[in-house]
Amino acid sequence: MEDGLSLAATDFELFGLPERFAIDMASLDAKWKQLQGAAHPDRFATETAAAQRVAMQWAIRINEAYRRLKDPLARAAYLCALHGADIEAESNTAMPAAFLMQQMAWRDALSDAASLDAVDALSDEVVASRNVTLKSLQAQIDDAASVDWRTVAGTVRGLMFVDKFMSDIDKRVDALS
Amino acid sequence: MALLQISEPGQAPDPHQRRIAVGIDLGTTHSLVAAVRHGVAECLPDDQGRVILPSAVRYLEGGGRQIGHDALASQGDDPENTVVSAKRFMGRMLADVAGHQRLPYDFVDQPGMVGMRTRDGVKTAVEVSAEILATLRFRAEDTFDDDVYGAVITVPAYFDDAQRQATKDAAQLAGLNVLRLINEPTAAAIAYGLDEGVEGLYAVYDLGGGTFDISLLRLARGVFEVVATGGDSALGGDDYDQRFASALLQRAGLKTLEELTPRERRRVQTAARHAKEALSGIAEATVTFEVDGVVHDLDVDRVEFEAATSELTATTLRLLKRVLRDAKVSAEDVQGVVMVGGSTRMPVVRDAMATLFGKPPLTNLNPDEVVALGAAIQANALAGNATSGDLLLLDVTPLSLGLETMGGLVERVIERNSTIPTAKAQDFTTFKDGQTAMAVHVVQGERELVSECRSLARFELRGIPPMVAGAARIRVTFQVDADGLLSVGAKELGSGVEAAIVVKPSYGLSDEQVAGMLKEGFASAESDMVARSLREAQVDAERMILATEAALAADGDLLDAAERAAIDELVARVRATARDASPAEGPRAIEAAVEALAEGTEGFAAARMNRGIRDALAGRNVNEI
Repeated sequence: MEDGLSLAATDFELFGLPERFAIDMASLDAKWKQLQGAAHPDRFATETAAAQRVAMQWAIRINEAYRRLKDPLARAAYLCALHGADIEAESNTAMPAAFLMQQMAWRDALSDAASLDAVDALSDEVVASRNVTLKSLQAQIDDAASVDWRTVAGTVRGLMFVDKFMSDIDKRVDALS
Repeated sequence: MALLQISEPGQAPDPHQRRIAVGIDLGTTHSLVAAVRHGVAECLPDDQGRVILPSAVRYLEGGGRQIGHDALASQGDDPENTVVSAKRFMGRMLADVAGHQRLPYDFVDQPGMVGMRTRDGVKTAVEVSAEILATLRFRAEDTFDDDVYGAVITVPAYFDDAQRQATKDAAQLAGLNVLRLINEPTAAAIAYGLDEGVEGLYAVYDLGGGTFDISLLRLARGVFEVVATGGDSALGGDDYDQRFASALLQRAGLKTLEELTPRERRRVQTAARHAKEALSGIAEATVTFEVDGVVHDLDVDRVEFEAATSELTATTLRLLKRVLRDAKVSAEDVQGVVMVGGSTRMPVVRDAMATLFGKPPLTNLNPDEVVALGAAIQANALAGNATSGDLLLLDVTPLSLGLETMGGLVERVIERNSTIPTAKAQDFTTFKDGQTAMAVHVVQGERELVSECRSLARFELRGIPPMVAGAARIRVTFQVDADGLLSVGAKELGSGVEAAIVVKPSYGLSDEQVAGMLKEGFASAESDMVARSLREAQVDAERMILATEAALAADGDLLDAAERAAIDELVARVRATARDASPAEGPRAIEAAVEALAEGTEGFAAARMNRGIRDALAGRNVNEI
């Protein structure tokens, strides 16, 4: 039988996309629909049990890859893992001092914020900072002559803290409104 | 000269190759079956021309049953043996059923699912629903004079895993091949062709006889997400009848509804319902009823009806606005409103929707039929009958799935609104030194405390090698299939020693219970179970042979001569076994041959999938999507 893609292909290989951080969302969505169009169990509802099992495995794999590629942080973490620099999100919590100072300042600002306006202002500041870091992440991965994956992994860990903080902001907004 | 054959648009060329695929709306108060005929979805009527089958089953002396209209007609005489609204008990324990004290049934709180003691033994909602599904299946088979190939069955969007599993078990009991379970609001949206339309938010307002459901769907990139759901499981058209009847009695200066005899009360409510239905078309009507032997004739108009029931309509609006608030959207964000359920014929409800959303709701399909019609369209596509519409429906998990961790907290493994099918693994570790077993508790819901989520399954992973606390690595894998059904596995990876278990959620019926029900026989006591199971095995064998031959015709070039010969041999064996099997030994022999065929074609299936994926990446089938 012929060789081809296997379930063990990387997310990028599966979606036929170059292995980089910058990604074209429109073509990612289009590829996802194309792949599910070929693999989804609905396409095999009249087929043998063997074909239905294979379809489910592939559809699950495609959804997993899509979920990871769609989210910038998950995508960056995945690129790090592919290059042997695991994020170690649970075990490695070492962060630069400057980053920790800023986190503390933000947390203080959130606990002091008494109005929706104050929380919104803080939220805007965090989002702006996050966007700057995402841009630098793209520069570190896509534009560098040789990528320092350990440094990239550190940046991704920092962004995970920021995302955790954003969800705390959301909870505060819900509580205030 | 031979003439060229031209097939009807939307139909497979050879009518014998068309598969009879039906959509079934298994409702609380009534159920329907629909199919695509001549390219159009339509509901199938019974031999008296009625499309609606009341969801009622009466168990008779001597093992017989009355199903539908007949059961409903005799409900008053035999309430404890006539099960109505069984859907409320699907996958539920007695404690889950609100207001069960007021129901006439002799409930049995048994493991798996609450039962009702009837003169024919204890029945669960699964068995009652199987009777209704089988009745609809026979109706379809009579209509087409052919076997039903498969069915799409609809479930409410908020149905959890146990309720979905129960629905699938009922279909299995009824001898139906379930092509897919889909959400009711999604089916309604398909019936209106919204899946081919503009991306955006859609509200589905479903006001039935006894229940009110509101769902907010977002269609994006071909995926129907259930954004939010809400409603009231005890609000429906019956409440409108009751309020209207009370108002009429008051105007006539008579007793209250509660003071009437049950017989009088039923008559007044029926008269009120007829007037309500008339007032949906005309502005004025007459109500006639008898109280204390005196006949009363009252002229009524739409204004009076709407005033008497305005609180109910206001309640549905309040619930609808709460759903919008939950989803953090406003009424202007909603692209369209789909009306489902007979009670949405009331002009007051339609006007309220038009006012709230600033556009008229979608009403051109029959609101009683719209869910079944959408299910039929999906069933037709899944069965491979649709030639043009390569409709691909990607649904999502309605509720988050997770595990209990220390302190009664929930660790979410699969987030709500994940596109299905999906799978996710999460690693856990031991809490104590030398711990050799771990209790795995699977829950469903959005809350952070286990006590506020629904418990789906509990199982134990044993044989973990003794280690210090935190050293073991236990990987728990959740898998949700395309019907939204969950399976969970766990294994210990830390030391290289593996132990694994796969569970079906225990909440609901076990495989053994379902098998027992099958053995007991259902529906027609006179039907010969042995003949039936042989027939079903033969149908299944035929299905697998056809599927394999179609695959060989399409992609046989992927196989070398030896591989091809091996598969041909397996097909021949299935065919011979199905043909020659004796009724007693047959079903098992056929199942074994079919399983051998499935195993023997695993590699071929993988190779075909590979080709499909590569073609998809090369963009060769872009037009089909």
